[in-house]
Order: sequence, then structure tokens, then C-alpha cells
Amino acid sequence: MPSWFMFAAGNAPLISMGSLDIVIIAIYFVVVLGIGIYLKKYVSTGEDFFMAGRKMTAWIAGLSFISANLSSLETMGWSAMAYQYGMLGAHAYLIGAIPAILFLAIVMMPFYYICKTHSVPGYLKLRYGTSSSALAGISFAILTVLVSGASMFAVAKILHLLLGWNMNVSIWVASLTVAVYVTLGGLISAVFNEVLQYFLIWFGSLLIPILGLIDAGGWNGMLERIRHNVPVIHPSVGNANFTSLWRNLGSFDTNPMGIDWFGMVFGLGLAVSFGYWCTDFLQVQRVIVAKDLRAAQNGTIIGAVLKMLVPIIVTIPGLLGLAVLLNTDGSPLVLVPENDPRANITHHTFNDVLPLLMGKYLGPGLLGLGVTAMIAGFMSGMAGNVSAFATVWTYDVYRTLFNRNASDSHYLKMGRWCSLLGVLMSIGTAYALFYFSNILEFLQVLIFFFIVPLFGVVIVGMLWKKATPTGAFVGFLTAILVSMSMWDYVHTFPEGYRPKPRAVLAPGAVVRVEKTPGGGEAISRVIVEKGTVQTTNIPIHDDGKPAGTGARVTVERETTLPPRVEQQGTSAVFGLLAPDVVLAGSNQPDKFGVEGVPVVLLPGVKVEAVEVEQTFNPAEFNPAHTKYIARSEKAKPMAVNMYSAFWTLVVCVSVLIGVSLFTEPKPESELHNLVMGLTPLPDDGPVPWYKHPHVWATVVGVVLVAINVIFW
Amino acid sequence: MHDEHQIPIWFFIGGLLLLYGVLITGAGLFALAVPPPEESRVALYYLHSDIWWGAFMAIVGLFYCTRYYPFRDAR
Repeated sequence: MPSWFMFAAGNAPLISMGSLDIVIIAIYFVVVLGIGIYLKKYVSTGEDFFMAGRKMTAWIAGLSFISANLSSLETMGWSAMAYQYGMLGAHAYLIGAIPAILFLAIVMMPFYYICKTHSVPGYLKLRYGTSSSALAGISFAILTVLVSGASMFAVAKILHLLLGWNMNVSIWVASLTVAVYVTLGGLISAVFNEVLQYFLIWFGSLLIPILGLIDAGGWNGMLERIRHNVPVIHPSVGNANFTSLWRNLGSFDTNPMGIDWFGMVFGLGLAVSFGYWCTDFLQVQRVIVAKDLRAAQNGTIIGAVLKMLVPIIVTIPGLLGLAVLLNTDGSPLVLVPENDPRANITHHTFNDVLPLLMGKYLGPGLLGLGVTAMIAGFMSGMAGNVSAFATVWTYDVYRTLFNRNASDSHYLKMGRWCSLLGVLMSIGTAYALFYFSNILEFLQVLIFFFIVPLFGVVIVGMLWKKATPTGAFVGFLTAILVSMSMWDYVHTFPEGYRPKPRAVLAPGAVVRVEKTPGGGEAISRVIVEKGTVQTTNIPIHDDGKPAGTGARVTVERETTLPPRVEQQGTSAVFGLLAPDVVLAGSNQPDKFGVEGVPVVLLPGVKVEAVEVEQTFNPAEFNPAHTKYIARSEKAKPMAVNMYSAFWTLVVCVSVLIGVSLFTEPKPESELHNLVMGLTPLPDDGPVPWYKHPHVWATVVGVVLVAINVIFW
Repeated sequence: MHDEHQIPIWFFIGGLLLLYGVLITGAGLFALAVPPPEESRVALYYLHSDIWWGAFMAIVGLFYCTRYYPFRDAR
């Protein structure tokens, strides 16, 4: 039976804003610039600029810690994940975050805090020496800027698609604002804006789950609608359970992610999560600058509580997308992945789920607030990256390798210039992506190549005094290379990868559309009368001869493109996209997309046929290879990333320990305040029980278990 | 960042929330008095979420502004 879809996307912006919305956005820009200018007078030393004077309270540290992570790409991305993977998306905020954050607070924070390091690479320098530290510092500085630029490009693209804003204007206005307030106020300014952003994100986003749940008939109503809609929205995993956290993880094919409980616990819960939360300096910097150790620990635990709340504004909207987004005829609105050929032509993408809900429920003013929250998230994420770049470059690269004995004012000046340089390099990366957008996906995962091995090196160094500098360097480098090799392996197709067969009608093509009698809007056949058709991997026969790669032919007699095409031993459905065509007879402009129906080309129609076969595609996963990494051919990208992270950590720790057994460790006298057993905890004096980090860590742990049981 | 004379972050947050809350509530009351055409209304329009959500924001903002008002001692 032919499948069909209605038009959901087009060239018009997804959201149209009024003057009040613009005023709300403008007020935000004025406030953040004002804060940056105001804070400049409080930044007079390197400690002020890079470490916010080490004066932050637990609440500000905790809010900043979580806010640095809660960027607009994060909220939109994880809403999309929930739309794609169902409730499994919430694991990123539960087992994929909370145990690691509590571990950071209770186990690792004393080492970071007591050794008074400026950064995570700074800890490596004290623990192992210059080689590991320099590798970590240089890698981190470069990656931070690259990821910041990639985020900038992605957000500018999103603002263009959602609001119709010019990408150049988005990039420059946001970047220059960040440049001003970070260069002036350093980390203090970044932290101020992160805390501000946290409030904006909540006030701008919380109405969506509230109104969505009212619209869906409550929680149970939403779950019922999801069960009803999923077979239409996700037909390839239509039988999978989208509404459980653990019940569907018994095997690889009962959940939409194609993962099992082992991968979820040890891939996400251990490798990815501990790597990100315990050693990504952007995160750790927020809490190691607290006013004392207890504030640092309690701030981190406050961050864990705030993190557990985020699914309310991220996961629930993603689930609501499965339940309440409908076409005008009442059928579920189908969103597609970004790499789907229909994406942003005839269909909205998974990433649009949150903006679609914003447009559905938020009126004037509230819409501006929601968009402001997105922009704020983007800018504070960039500010966080830039301030982390300035700190690591100044202290861990410049001071360590080039200029050890300069004055504090010299390093302060260097930090300010680095902030500006970081913004400019981010802009450069963003513009590079205009021309090399296919590496965007690579950049997004690049950070995981680095932070998972970094966690392995740091944690072994903290817990085992016999870990040696040579072992750390070799383990670190080996794990980075193994991680990159695995990524390369799962995207390699020795037999050749052929994209799905499809045809696109060039603008202005004249078509006649036939519909099934009694089938509503269902298209049964498309007849192209005039114009040009661009085909990919569809054998075109004219006069009985197949057209080869790059062939341009004019059809001389009526030719029918069949609904399915034989490809590498399987029968692939052929899709037709018609983003801007004219209907024969009425001369009305139209747009549509259709799959699995015959397309008839009348004489005179021009055909541009290409055959595409690739041996490497960074956006596609080779199931024959993923089964060796993620233990299943059904593993989806997220499952592959989780298992890759797990193997990377295993390799890092194994190599580090193996090499350390045969090399010389540092003498114990050099490991005080750096390694367990050699680090006495400072006595902060008597404290009431309700201020003790262990008490609150236990409470948070119990709540985490309860949530997992309730939504089992 | 907690310098004796420094305006606390909470005051900035309160001020911004208060301003946004007043603007959004105002827009909601205006829409109540002059309803937009049917086709340009958002889903669940009849709940007038902008009025109560804006008012909630303004109250939270007002609380933070008064609680962390920085010029009290100087005055």
C-alpha cells in the first residue's frame, strides 16, 4: 500500500513573532550587555577573571553548573531525542547524569578543590606532569572553540529556519554581545548570565508541558495517544515501547534506541556521564570556584537536583510531540531526522518538536520569552566555552609552555585577548561550516573522543598512587585514537553505501496528481507533464537503454518510475519530492512529497540522473559494523555512541594500568593533595546535619531510585 | 562576586522577570479586551495563559527585587 504524507514544512518561518516578542528579545540583549559593563569594575586580577574570585555560594555554583549544560541545543536536541526514542531520552537526566554528579561532589571535588587547580588540565599537570596536561590543554582549547563554533552555526541555522532570521546577523549579533560581556567580566559575567538564563529557560519553557498535558487529557491521556500514534510516526519501530525507562531494555528490539540495559548503564551511566560531568572542564570550572569545599560540594549536589527537574521541560515536550502534534485532518504529524531527504522540504524535523509546540501554545509575549530563552541558552553556552578556552589556554598552555613567570596583570590581559580570540575563532568555525556542513556531525561527537579518555586518566590518577605519567600519556592518547577509529569504523561501508532512491522535481515542473478514490488526500500516482526531474539511484530507461551516472536525457516516450527499486539485494521504496510545482489544469502552485507510488514521465520531461555510492558517510551507520561495537545491528546512533564511549573507557583504563605497572610512578611526596590516601580533608568546623553534603547526596540518590521505579 | 557593594545577581533576575511579567500580563489583558481573530489564536487560547503566567512571573520578580534590593543600606 503506498504511503503518503502531507505537507508540513515550507520556506516560510516556522514561528512568526510580533512587536512585543521583539521588544522582549531586545530587553534581554540590553540587560546582558549592561551586566557585562557593570561587572568590569569588579575584575582586577587573574583570580577574578578566570576563577570569579573563588567567592561563589553553593546556589550560584549549582545553578551555573547546570545552566552551562542547559543550552538551547540541549533543550531542543533532547526534546527531539524524546520524540525519537520516547521516555528513554530521560535517562540523560537520570542515570546518565545524577550518579556522576554525586560522584563528582563527594569523591572528586575534594581533590580538585584542595589542590587549588585552575582547571582539569591543571590537575593533570600537578598529578602527572606536563605531557598529559599539555595534550589535554591543547586538545581541550581547540575542541572548545570548534564545538562553540559548531553550536553557533547550528543555532544560527535554527533561528533562520524558525524565525527567518539572516544567519550572518544571528552569528555576529550574538557573538559580539558575548565577546563584550565575557571580555569585560570574565567568568563572573559568564556565571551571572548563566544563572539569568536558567530562570529564563524555565519561565519560557514550563508552560509548554503544562498546556500540552491539559491538551492531551493528562499524563495517562498523553501515554494513550502516544501508543496510538507511534505506529504511524515511527513505523520501523512501531511495536517498540516508548513510555518506559527500563521495562523495554531487556533486549535490543523492544525499545526504539536499539540498546540493552548493559549499554545504558555502562555506556551512558558510566562512560559518557562520568566523562562529561566529572572531567569536562566547562562544567567543573563552575563548581571548583565556590567559596569553600563544602559550598563546592553542596553546589554540585544542588546541580544534581536541578538536573533531575529538566526532563519536565525537555522530555515531556518531546513525548507531547508524539501525542498532540496533528495534521489538519487529525492524523499525527510526522517529523523526520535531519538527514532524511524530506527534512525541511516537505517535513519538519525531530529538532522542530519544541518550536512547533511553542508556536502551538504560546501567544504574543510568551513566544518572545520562549525565543529569548533559546537565544540566552545559546549565548551563555558560548560564553561558557569562551571563558573555559581563555582559562585553559592562559594557564595550561601559555603559562605552562611559553611564559611561566609573567605578572598577574599580564595573564589577565592575556585572558581578555583570549576571550576575544575565542569568539573570533568560533565565528571562523561557524563560517567554515557553511561550506563543510557535513563535518558538523563529526564536531558534535568530537568532544566525546576526548572527555571519556580524560575521565579515565583523571579518575585512575585520583584513586591509584602508582599510576605513572607515562601510563597516563599513553593511555590517554591510545584511547583517543581508539575512540576515533571506532567512529570511523561504524561509518565505513566496504560494500558501498547507496542512499535511498529518490527524485526531486525542479521548481516550476508541471504535474498532475491522481488520488485514490475514497482515500481522502492519499496520492496514488503522479504524472509529470513538463519540467526537470533530478533522480538519485533510480535506473532511468529511455529507448530501452539505462542512463548512467550524470546522465541528462529527455524522455522521448512515456516512462514510468516504479514505486520500488531493487538495490543491493533489497527492494527500496522510492520517494518523490515536489517542493515547488504547478498543478496541470488549474496552474495553481503546490508542494508535496510522496513515497511508494508510480511516477509517470511524459515525453519532453528532462531527467538528470545520478548514481551515488559511498564507502564512508558520517551521517549513516553500517549495521554490519555497529554489531561489533554496540552488540546489535539494530543499534541506533545514540546506542552506538554509548557503547563506543564504554569501550574507550575500558581501553584507557586498561592501557594506563598496564603501562603503569612497568614504568616509574611519581614519589609520594609529590602526590600530596592529589591522590586518595594522601589527601587530608580540611576541617570546616562543626556543621548542622542539613548542610552536610553526604546527607543531601543520599537524599538525591534515593529520589533518583524512586523516579526510576515509578517510571520503570 | 559577592562583594559587599556589588548588586546581587538575584536583583537582576528579579528585575527582568518583573518587567517581562508586566509586559506579558499586559498583552494578555489586551487580548482579553480586544480578542484576536479566531484563525490567529493559539491552542487553548480560552485559558488565557499569558495573563496568569505573566502575573506569576511578575510576583516572583517582585519577590526577588524586594528581597535582594541592593540600595536599602545606602538609603
